[in-house]
This record gives sequence, structure tokens and C-alpha cells, in this order.
Amino acid sequence: MSQETVKRDRPWLMRTYSGHSSASASNELYRTNLSRGQTGLSVAFDLPTQTGYDSDHPLAHGEVGKVGVPINHIGDMETLFEQIPLAQMNTSMTINATAPWLLALYVAVAERQGVDPSQLQGTTQNDVLKEYLSRGTYIFPPEPSVRLTTDLIAYTVQHIPKWNPTNICSYHLQEAGATPTQELAYALSTAMAILDAVQASGQIPPERFADVVGRISFFVNAGIRFVEETCKLRAFSRLWDTLTGERYGVTDPKQRRFRYGVQVNSLGLTESQPENNVQRIVLEMLSVTLSKNARARAIQLPAWNEALGLPRPWDQQWALRMQQVLALETDLLEYGDLLDGSPVVEAKVQELMDGAKAEMARVEAHGGMVACVDNGYIKRELVQSHTRRLRNIESGELKIVGVNCFQESAESPLTAGEESGIMKVDERAEREQIASLRAFRAARDKDRVEAALRQLRDAASGGDNIMPASIECARAGVTTGEWSEVLRTVFGEYRAPTGIDIAPVAPGDAAALEAVRARVRKTGEALGRPLRLLIGKPGLDGHSNGAEQIAVKGRDAGFEIVYEGIRLTPAQIARAAQEEGVHLIGLSVLSGSHLELVQEISRELQQIGASDIPLVIGGIIPEEDAQRLQAQGLKAVFTPKDVDMNTIMNSMVTIIREANGLEPAG
Amino acid sequence: MSLPEADSPPACAAAIASGDRAAVANALNLLDDRRPAARREAAALLAHLQQHQDKPGGQLIGITGPPGAGKSTLSASLIRVWRRRGLRVAVLAVDPSSPISGGALLGDRLRMQTSAVDDGVFVRSLSNRGQFGGLSAEVWPMSIVMLAGFDMVLIETVGVGQREVDVARLCDTTCYVAQPGSGDSVQFLKAGILEVPHILVVNKSDMGAVATRTLSELESALHRTHPDGHWQVPVLATSAANGTGIEALADALEQHYRLLQSRNELVSRRRSYQSYWLHKRLLEEFGTAGVDRLGGEEQLLAELQAQDMNLFTQYETLRRRLDQRPINTRE
Ligand code: B12
Ligand SMILES: Nc1nc2c(ncn2[C@@H]2O[C@H](COP(=O)(O)OP(=O)(O)OP(=O)(O)O)[C@@H](O)[C@H]2O)c(=O)[nH]1
Ligand SMILES: [Mg+2]
Repeated sequence: MSQETVKRDRPWLMRTYSGHSSASASNELYRTNLSRGQTGLSVAFDLPTQTGYDSDHPLAHGEVGKVGVPINHIGDMETLFEQIPLAQMNTSMTINATAPWLLALYVAVAERQGVDPSQLQGTTQNDVLKEYLSRGTYIFPPEPSVRLTTDLIAYTVQHIPKWNPTNICSYHLQEAGATPTQELAYALSTAMAILDAVQASGQIPPERFADVVGRISFFVNAGIRFVEETCKLRAFSRLWDTLTGERYGVTDPKQRRFRYGVQVNSLGLTESQPENNVQRIVLEMLSVTLSKNARARAIQLPAWNEALGLPRPWDQQWALRMQQVLALETDLLEYGDLLDGSPVVEAKVQELMDGAKAEMARVEAHGGMVACVDNGYIKRELVQSHTRRLRNIESGELKIVGVNCFQESAESPLTAGEESGIMKVDERAEREQIASLRAFRAARDKDRVEAALRQLRDAASGGDNIMPASIECARAGVTTGEWSEVLRTVFGEYRAPTGIDIAPVAPGDAAALEAVRARVRKTGEALGRPLRLLIGKPGLDGHSNGAEQIAVKGRDAGFEIVYEGIRLTPAQIARAAQEEGVHLIGLSVLSGSHLELVQEISRELQQIGASDIPLVIGGIIPEEDAQRLQAQGLKAVFTPKDVDMNTIMNSMVTIIREANGLEPAG
Repeated sequence: MSLPEADSPPACAAAIASGDRAAVANALNLLDDRRPAARREAAALLAHLQQHQDKPGGQLIGITGPPGAGKSTLSASLIRVWRRRGLRVAVLAVDPSSPISGGALLGDRLRMQTSAVDDGVFVRSLSNRGQFGGLSAEVWPMSIVMLAGFDMVLIETVGVGQREVDVARLCDTTCYVAQPGSGDSVQFLKAGILEVPHILVVNKSDMGAVATRTLSELESALHRTHPDGHWQVPVLATSAANGTGIEALADALEQHYRLLQSRNELVSRRRSYQSYWLHKRLLEEFGTAGVDRLGGEEQLLAELQAQDMNLFTQYETLRRRLDQRPINTRE
């Protein structure tokens, strides 16, 4: 075959999920990335922006600009896209509870750039149901949340037709432990729930409903079992084609196409021997590119140092280059579908489809997707799957190179550098952001702000589509916190089920578990009552996996566990520890604000006279910070390297023994 | 655990009565502690608390019902109403423990959370270690501590069998929360398995027709007059989710309390319950052998009920008698 005549498919959209410190710093980063061949933008917002707080809100302390960019108002949004012409850009925004607001700001900035909003292209993630199940940045109860989701969809279908209003996410479900079958079932059930809600809202005339269906896209995951994952994507395509045809009567095959973007699996990326993550990421990318008939539209890849902390620009560039090599150097894009007609693939696809349909039926039997979020059914299923995964790692049945086999390693030059291989966020970012926010507030037209907020309140309580009022708020200079506060007042707030109340899963190492149990029991007897452990998730961090798994394991080891879910304030955690009379507080923090949070919790404990309760922490804690924390009196720091849960339990027993004057080794 | 000098039983009791949260927490830890020294201290503390308790201030309310009926969510709604009425609230949430590991997930607290940090609310979870099928013996003394420091004390427990009987023998007012669409509650009532509560609630009234049906079934299955006499059992509909019917429930609870007060029954009822629990606690601590040494169950109960003296002082005395030659069945 002569190379020149070969016709290649166009490559997928290549993105890098990024944003940090401030709008101007992120703008600079985006422009650099675009100049390096990135073909779309993927915006990461900081947690206060995602959960509807201004940068100067007490709950935002320590979080501003950390895991993404802070956007408080139209001024920030304008800076973020300076010199980036929105008419040509394809922008993906990972935003959910506050999605209508961030889209409103985007529209208002487009207006200022002189771009007609109908020209805008991009995506708002806007899938709140998976926030309750995994991602954690929900604000309101499920019902009003679904209403906001449907308002955004109905609005864009009518006014911004090239926008992808929602990205139904199964990515985050796998990151919370979901099996391929569960990923399929829950994502499709979510899509169904949302489409049903749009239909029921009456905002779209029946003859235009197929346009809504055609705009629904997905955001999926691809794990290391890349053959099965390939089949999962094929199953997704087929199930979606059937569902849209049968349930919604969509006849145009193009509108029934399963359109999806991907971030490959990050849960399986390890802290130990982090260089191995590169081959994991590349293999995972294969599963979403191999099938021409079920190929991803857009891909973003994590970096080799995923489990260490935030990636630096070079780390992200390396990840982008992986995509470019696959798309441009290999011959993958020259062929038709490689797997069509393979009986092995066909059988696996069928098995996955059958499993998914059965699970979807169970969801229906439990009242449908929205009810299953509130009654905890799905969350429990996810926690159970994740527990199984961890038990299999414990027993060695599930092999992870460098973690439970081949642990020996030469010293890595990658982590030896001065920054220990991760991005350090500028400590001044929060202060500067707050100063600029206050200046912005002082300069705006107060009457216009008040009027816009009144209009928003009326739309929220009256049932009008939320978008027009939100866009007016954006123009008027309303802030993220103000927009959210109005809706908090109208809709109320919510705490999601934790899912930890599952039946015990067979232990990975029964003898080791028995030994811990005996120690827990003995120590409890020596102290006069059963050992109690409070697991606390302070701050805005939504990473709950670790906390949930420590809770389940702790229960199985014989502890009495108090765990109230994510996003508690330091004061709430300190008080709960005192009220519940716990022997130990175990914090879990993955968002990077551990230093600030530990300090605040220690202060709260002191204030209420409970500073005798020992404190440990787990999560993404860089070595240097771990030492600082221990110097401040923290009894232990656990990180993803500590994969043996029995050992973790034993350490906690030892710490309790020491704190109570018992022989530590007993 | 050994209390430092400054925290002598009288000082502790005074701190609890003044609503000191740390003191309440420490006392609850002490009452949970099974070491003999702690038991001695606990008995002393209770004896002192009783002196602060001559005027029965607070109301002790039991909330039972099938799993998932919405007891915790409803409690949270009640707490909000009581807080608006200026009342301080303590909750004891009793959860089952895992029979295998002894471990437990104390999940009620999550549903009870009333967002803001509030000095007027105190929640302690307790895993029911389920001796003799009923409520743990700790529940009773803990409720005494809470009553000393708070206006309203709520005990939540999944109501089945002996546990539900125990709640009825502990609280001033019992409230049964039924699950719409489940016939169990009606069956239990008819068969006399369910002690008649003072207030029957059908929660989740937002579920519509199913809830209405359950409500009318319960109304017809129930003899409205409570066996205590003088009290007509109301059957109420609530929705903890939407916040409807909560004020009415709070009013009914208050009415029952007023009735007990006006009939001077509060103190006498508590006293008769307390002898039941004293016996239970002695049994748990010293076994049947211990109770036999005090003359056996029947004689003990009769003695406890007859005497005029402070029950807790008496408890302390009895314990001391047995303590001198401890028979520890828990070895
Ligand atoms: C899974 C995951 C997610 C899932 C979370 C699902 C869930 N419900 O937990 C999803 C996809 C939703 C997610 C989202 C985000 N994530 Co994320 N995520 C991860 C990932 C890949 C794995 C974390 C995990 O669950 N591991 C499995 C559990 C079992 O391990 P673990 O928590 O570490 O716990 C172990 C120990 O640390 C310890 N431990 C932990 N807690 C406790 C507590 C106690 C008491 C004890 C004793 C021990 C202990 O014991 C455990 C046993 O081994 C990490 C990277 C990595 N590979 O670690 C990034 C990571 C944590 N995420 C990150 C970010 C930035 C985000 C986002 C904020 C991105 C954004 N801008 O929107 C979002 C939003 C999340 C939010 N609301 O806060 C960053 C944090 C950066 C930092 N600290 O500087 C990381 C490090 C990735 C990266 N390099 O950028 N994420
Ligand atoms: N629709 C509806 N759901 C409710 C209501 N009250 C509680 N729920 C839901 O019912 C489920 C159980 O609520 P809980 O308050 O935990 O019930 P519980 O009786 O305390 O449960 P256990 O302590 O586990 O026995 C949760 O999913 C609640 O959201 C209500 O009034 N209406
Ligand atoms: Mg409960």
C-alpha cells in the first residue's frame, strides 16, 4: 500500500483537563496548550466555584485556585478567555451544580466578545446525579437539581444548538468502584431519567424532542482491562441506539449515535513506581480508540504523577503526546472497524448488555434513578464493588505491578527533582483572588445586581427556565456565591447517602482480619467500651472512596464507626467527635488543603475541650507536608501507598492504645 | 477511665445540669464503661444527678418503628421545630451492631444533621449490643444524664420485639413511626405484638395514596384510648421530606407531657420504670447469680419499688454489696 494515497480518519479532539490559581494564570496555560497542538479546552474549576461559594466564603478557605480556576463573576470569566476567540473554540467545562451559572457567564462573555451565543460550541458536564454517587459537588436535593439540568438542556437546544448541554458521566462511577456492567447501567439509567424529565417539563415541543436526544453526550471511563473496556464501549453504542429508538422514537440514526468523550482510569494509577502509570494510560487509551464504530470523540488523559498530586505543564504535555503518537504515528486511523465480526468480542458485548439491562431493571424496581440516588441503593452497590476490588488487591487475586507484586525498584529519577514531581499552587493565589473579588463587588451597579437576583429568585420558585435570569445576573455582575445562595434559599441543601451500610464482603486475608479483630476487641475491653472511630471529611473535598473504605473495613474489624459523609466543617467534625465519645479521629483529605484543615480542626478541638482525642489523616499528602503535620501532633499520615488495610487498622489500634496509656504492642 | 479530682461526681453532676457539653460527653463515656472502677464512679454520678433531678424538667421521648420508616429524618425535623421553640435537645440513637465483628456503622447521625453548629443539640449514637434481645442497659442511665442537661431527650431505635417494649418502659412518651404501604404495623397492633404507643405517626405522607391508606388502616385497627388511661392516641400524618405535619406532632408530644404533669404521673412513672432498669443493669453487670444474692428478681423489684429512698443511691448501695465479692460473669 502506498502511504500517500491512504485516507486517514480525522483524529479525536485532544484535551487536557486544566485550570489553577487564577483566571489569568489559567488563561496563559490555555494559550500555551493551544499553541502546542491541543485542539480544545477543558476547564477545571476550583471547588468553591463548583459548590457555589465565592472565594472569600469561610468554606472556601484553603481551596481557592487549588484544584482548578476560581471564577467568581463575569470579570474572571472574561480574563479566562482573553485572546481566545469563543466563536472558534470548543470548550468543555466540568461543572455541575453551578452549570447554569457558568454557562450564563460564558454566554455573557461571548456577548462582550461580539460573538452571537448561537455560535458557541462546547460542553457543560451538567450531570448532577453522579455527583451524589461519586463526584460530590452537589448542592441542592435531587429533584431541584434535575430541574436545573433540564432547564439548561431545554435552553441550549433552543438557543445554543451546537452546545452539548449535558455529558452523562460514567467516568466517575468507575472511579468510585463501578464494574463495567454497573457503569453501563447507571449511566444509561441517568440518561433516561434526564430525558424523561426534559419531556415532562414540557419545554420542548414533541416534534423537536429528537434534537434533545441527539444532543446528549457521554463521558466514560476506560480501565486497564482494555479488551473488556473495548467491548463495554461497543455495548454502550448498541444499548443507546436501541434505547433512543424504542423509548424516544428517534428515527434518524445520527441522533441515536453514542457520542462520548473519555478520561481514562485514574483510580488504578499508583503512587508506588509511578512511571508504570504511563503504560497503563496508553493501554487504556486503546480501548476507546480501537473500534472505529465506537470511537471516542474527545480524549483527555491523566498524567504519570496522578496519585502524587497535581500535574505540572510538562506532565500534561507528556500525556498529550501519548495521544498524538497514537493518532498521528500509528496506522490505527487508516482502517475500518477492526473488531466487527469477532465472535469473542460479540459474546463479551452481549454479556455486558445483558448484565446492564438486568441492573437497569433493578434500578427501575427500586423507583428509578432519582429515587435510587436518594434511597442509597446505587451508592451501596458502588461501595460494595469497590470493597470487593480492594479485597482482591489484598488477597493478590487482582495484581497491580509495583503495589502487590514486583515491589522492588531502583530509585526513580522522576520524583527526585526539587518540586518532588508535582505542581505547587501559588500560595498568594487565594489572597489575590479575594482582593480582586472585593474590588469587583465595590465597583458594580448595586441596583442592577439586586434586580437581577430578584428575577432569579422568581424564576427559581416560579418554575420559569433558569437560564435567562442567570444570564442577566451574569451581565449585571452577580457573583457565583450570590447566584448559588438564592437557589440554596429556594431549593434547600442536601446530604447524600454514604452507601457504607453494606453486608460484609469476604476478607482478602481472613487470618489477618481475625488478628486485627482480636486486637480491637481486647483493646476495647481494656478501655471499658468498644473502640469508636470518627471518620471525617472536612472542607469541600468530595473524594469519598478512601473514607468509605476505611469505614467499611473499620466496621469489619470491630470498630464502631461514625461517618457522616463529605463536606463537613472543622467545627462539625470536632463536635461530632466529642458528642460521640470517639477514641480516634481519622480525617481523609485528597483535595490538597490538608494543612489548613488540620490546623482548624485542632483549634476547634481545643476550644471545646476535646484536644485529648488523637488525630490521624489519610489521602494525597506530600511527604514534606506529612512531616509538618506529624510535627504538629498528628499521630499518623496514610497515603495511597498504604494499600494494606489490615495494617492501617492495626496502626490505629496502636495509636489508641498509646493515647490511653496501654502497652502499644498489646 | 478515672475522673480527675476536679471532676468529682458532685462537680460533674452540676456541670451536666448546667448543660456543659464536654461534661455530658464525658459522663456518657463513663456510663458506657464496663470496668468495675468506672461502674462505681457511674453509680456515684447518677446518685448525684438524681439530686439535681427533683424537679422533672425534660421530656423523654421514644421513637420506634420499622427500619427506614424515616425515624431519623423525622427526628431532625422535630429538632428544628423544638429549636425554634427555644428548647435544647439531646438524642440517643441506637443502632444494631454486627453480630460477627462486633463493629457497627452508626448511621442515624447523618440523617439528623441540622447543618449549622448548634450548642443546643447533642447527638450520641449507641450501638445496641443487644443483651437479652432488648435495649442495651446503658440506654437508661444515659437518658438520665441527657435529661439532666437538656429539655427534650429523644431515643431512636428500630422497634421490634423486646427492644420496643424496652423503649416503652423507659420513656415518658412513645411514638411509633409506621412505613406507608407496609401492613406490618397494622398486623402487629392487632396481634398485640406492638405495645400501644402514645402517638402513631404515618411518615412519608408525600407518598400520597399509599400513605393515606395506611393511615386509615391504623386508625381503624387502634383502640383510641391508651392502656395508661386518660389519653386518646392520635394518628398523625407527617412528611419529614417536605416538613409537613411536624408542628402538629410536636404539639401532640407536648400535650401528652402536659397530661402526665397535670396528673402528677411523671415522677411516679419514671420511678417504676427505673426499678426495671436498675434490675436490668444489675443483671447485666453481675449476672443472675448476683441478682440471686440480692434475693432474686421478684424480691429485688418489690424492694426497689417500695422504698422511698433515692433509687440511684440505692443502686449504689446494692452495687457495693455485690462488689465486695465481685462475681464477674463477663470473664
Ligand atoms: C478516584 C478519584 C476521583 C473520583 C472520586 C470518587 C470518590 N467518590 O471518591 C472522582 C472522579 C469523582 C474525582 C474527582 C475529582 N478529583 Co480526583 N482523584 C481520584 C484518584 C484517581 C483516586 C483517589 C481514590 O479514590 N483512591 C482510592 C482510595 C481507596 O484511596 P485513598 O483515598 O488514597 O485512601 C487510601 C489512603 O490514602 C488512606 N486513607 C485515605 N483516607 C483515609 C482516612 C483514614 C482515617 C485512614 C486511616 C486512611 C485513609 O487509606 C486508603 C487505603 O489505601 C486520585 C489520584 C490517585 N490515583 O490517588 C485523584 C485526585 C485525588 N483527584 C484530584 C482532583 C483535583 C479532583 C477534582 C477536584 C478535579 C476538579 N478540578 O474537579 C475532582 C472533584 C472532586 C471533589 N468533589 O472534590 C487530585 C487532587 C490534587 C491534589 N491533592 O493536589 C488527584 C490527586 C488527581 C490529580 N493528580 O490531579 N477524583
Ligand atoms: N418520601 C419520603 N422519604 C422520606 C421521608 N422521611 C424519610 N425519608 C427517606 O426514607 C429513608 C430512610 O430515612 P431514615 O430517616 O434514615 O429512616 P430511619 O427510620 O431512621 O431508618 P433506620 O434508622 O435505618 O431504621 C431515607 O432515604 C429518607 O430520605 C418522608 O417524609 N418522605
Ligand atoms: Mg435512623
